[in-house]
Amino acid sequence: MLSISLTMLPAAIINGLMYGAIYALVALGLTLIYGVLHIINFAHGAMLMLALYAAFFLFQLGQIDPYMSIFIVTPVAFVFGYLIYRYGIGVLSKGKDQNILLITLGLSIIIENSALFFFSGDQQTVSLSYGFEAFDLGFMYLSYPKVISFFAALLICALLWALMSLTDLGRAIRAVAKERQGARLVGINVEHIFAVTFGLGIACLGAAGCMMLPIFYVDPYTGNIFVLVAFTIVVLGGMGSVLGALLGGFIIGITESVGGLLLGESLGQIGISLIFILILIFKPTGLFGSKV
Amino acid sequence: MEINRHIILLLVSAAVMLAAPFFITSKFYIDVLTLIFFTAYIGQSWNILGGYAGQFSFGGVMFFGTGAYTSSILLTTFGIPPIIGIVFAIIAGALLGFIVGFMSFRSGLKGSYFALITLAFAELLRVLANSVEFTGGGVGLFLTYAPGLKDLQFKTPTGFYYFALLLMLISIVIALWLERSRFGAQLVAIRENEEAAEALGINTLKCKIYAIMIMGAMGGAAGTFYAQKYLYLDPPIAYSIHLSVEMLLVTIVGGMGTVFGPLIGAFVLHIVNEIARHFIDTPGLSLIVYGVILIVIISYLPNGLIGLFRKRMKKSKPTALDRLISGDKDA
Repeated sequence: MLSISLTMLPAAIINGLMYGAIYALVALGLTLIYGVLHIINFAHGAMLMLALYAAFFLFQLGQIDPYMSIFIVTPVAFVFGYLIYRYGIGVLSKGKDQNILLITLGLSIIIENSALFFFSGDQQTVSLSYGFEAFDLGFMYLSYPKVISFFAALLICALLWALMSLTDLGRAIRAVAKERQGARLVGINVEHIFAVTFGLGIACLGAAGCMMLPIFYVDPYTGNIFVLVAFTIVVLGGMGSVLGALLGGFIIGITESVGGLLLGESLGQIGISLIFILILIFKPTGLFGSKV
Repeated sequence: MEINRHIILLLVSAAVMLAAPFFITSKFYIDVLTLIFFTAYIGQSWNILGGYAGQFSFGGVMFFGTGAYTSSILLTTFGIPPIIGIVFAIIAGALLGFIVGFMSFRSGLKGSYFALITLAFAELLRVLANSVEFTGGGVGLFLTYAPGLKDLQFKTPTGFYYFALLLMLISIVIALWLERSRFGAQLVAIRENEEAAEALGINTLKCKIYAIMIMGAMGGAAGTFYAQKYLYLDPPIAYSIHLSVEMLLVTIVGGMGTVFGPLIGAFVLHIVNEIARHFIDTPGLSLIVYGVILIVIISYLPNGLIGLFRKRMKKSKPTALDRLISGDKDA
């Protein structure tokens, strides 16, 4: 039994890496929002679910390949995020930490149940023409969608990093994150930057949703699955750390698939909540975070 | 003086609620009232840690689920009747509260971090309950129908009505005790300013752990009630995030840190739910309304519906009546 598991270990690790890159993208949005705005977006999972539905309907009604949908869903998600922060969360919360958590909780309830109301509770999947084609690695087959998603996720992480470190906008965002009063004094429109950052975080979800659709399913509760995953990655990598989110994504992806292999389908899920609890209790700053 | 008013109000409302089944013949309404009391009770358990001590939990359901499994497994595996099982459920809930409280409060977790770690604990327990054998795993546990006080089951909805009413009244008494006691004042001090409370010599860690243990004990009893009423239990029911959300929702809507907030919140939300279902019976709609109500209350009425009352009272003249209604000393 164990020896069979061990021979399958490399395959499980590679599978975990593939999922890990997409998880990293989801977590990147969360950690970006946290790092700059210092708020926790509990509606993150629900918004990811919306992105999955967007990609699903573009495929179903418009015959648009999910990987092409990235160029539509991502900008739309950015605008959605910008507006919902600027005219929703930002106005309503009045800056209290627990208020924001509860408001985004309310938002996730509204989004999730609106999806249930309009799209019904059925699980939806897409079948792509190349969905079952795979690379033969000798010891395992790796489907095209997983590989495409992996590299696309890495590419978007790199683009986000470039945006943050090489452009004026990135410099303004980092200035606001470090010292919002100072940023205001040198003429940066802080509310605008907050909303842009929130929009960027949601744009990550837009891209992640498109990449997930070919290898996952979507229903109104899909978001719930990823909320804890994303939070775990973010606390593991350190709140606000981009590199941490990427590494955390890989660690969680591998934990999940290896855990599933060794402990079985049901008990294997325990790894994520266990890591979350242990990290919060013993090293709440995470691997790369400076402070909570 | 004030405690007398509280007790008079409590006695009058208790009398009305005790007599209600004699006037309400519809089983449907008795059932709705039972659910309202149950929600108010479980909301009150959240209120003790969230409302009075200011520590919001997103995984309050873990005590409910653990209590439900405790008494149900004692019944199905060892034949211990639920009237004794509920005592063990209460102990199990308090014990879990101690473990979770000790681990998270000792590490200094607060605010959003505490909320999220309770969510993770509930999820951890759900996965465990799904994977081990003595809980019946994903298949769940079926309890046999055996009406009688020994099994805490009743032939008529009225029996469960009185059971829920009793739980709810006990929770009100606990909240009243908090309002009066030194311990309650210490919890409020922690909520308002933890560092200052610490500086005043309050053992904040101990107080917070006591508060989560009370919450756990109450949740444990709620679990037994639920299991004996519906006779079925599985991991998604026992550790459902929806109940975690509902208990904070009714408390926030009614008014956090007040004696009657959870009850008022439970009444209002259940009535909203019934009205919404009356017009459009589509899944999701009433929860959309709940989400909107939550956001509106957080943004515009941070003291809940009771706060609305209190504010209007204050404008006209600050009487003792608002204190009577809100059950809040510093009103």
